[in-house]
Amino acid sequence: MGVDLFRVDDRLIHGQVVVGWGQPMRLGFIALVDDEVAASEWEQELYRMGVPPEMHVYFEDVDGAARALPGWQRDPRPGILLTPDIETMARLVVASPAVRTVNLGGIHHRAGRVHRLRYIYLTPGEEAALRSLAARGVQVTAQDVPSARPMPLDDVLRAQGER
Amino acid sequence: MSSGGPAAEATSAAALVAGHGEFATGLVSAAEEITGQPGFFATMTNRDLGADDIEVQMRALVAARGVRVIFTDLPAGSCTIAARRILRDRPEITLVTGANLAALLHFMSHGAGTAYEAAVGAAERARSSVLVVGVPGGR
Repeated sequence: MGVDLFRVDDRLIHGQVVVGWGQPMRLGFIALVDDEVAASEWEQELYRMGVPPEMHVYFEDVDGAARALPGWQRDPRPGILLTPDIETMARLVVASPAVRTVNLGGIHHRAGRVHRLRYIYLTPGEEAALRSLAARGVQVTAQDVPSARPMPLDDVLRAQGER
Repeated sequence: MSSGGPAAEATSAAALVAGHGEFATGLVSAAEEITGQPGFFATMTNRDLGADDIEVQMRALVAARGVRVIFTDLPAGSCTIAARRILRDRPEITLVTGANLAALLHFMSHGAGTAYEAAVGAAERARSSVLVVGVPGGR
């Protein structure tokens, strides 16, 4: 068990994570890795609200997550690790060799981003960061919900706004 | 659940329904069909929107429609998260999560009191409308 999914999702904890992935995975914990949230009790309470009481939520910045990850990986419960953006996940990959797969779950429209999939928009810098992750041996796929087909990074970067 | 402080305004204050997919438009169309009162609720979906854009769109609707009560679907949903951020600097607004058709119908028909009181009543009606009919083991 331990962390079964390393997911980039700009909504962080939301319905797709708690219910869409959480129920079939029998999710036991969520590790939310975000420097800003880790520094704010108010933000943590916001994300803790609504999560089922049996589901534990850990809040860490990138350095703290790199230290905590070996312990999370020994956890008998299945877990999801979330980052709000590619840059945060890329820093975690550098800090921790335990991250071998990355799921692109939701990176939505913002100025400068190109539409790749219904739920994936990327800047040229983000695309370069993903290629860099792949070059390090990390398997990067896009998949918003468990019932969808995981799309390999090369296909994501070739896509042009497919739904 | 509901959160937010008592509001001084009457319950004719506007309300917003927000959620995943067609949750809001579906729920509101059902409420309008039952009551024959169109235009009571503003609606929005979080479809294809990031967290920041959900909040921006919700704030715009709240401002444009004078919204005093926000109904959302999941307590952990992104619309609920956005609404909670709005409540932080707009304490006159009340949030009701886990909304259903019974909640909207109660809110529409609640003629007296404040928006907060109407929201509390709607939440109570929502809870009491969920029933399980059957026997253990089923058939």
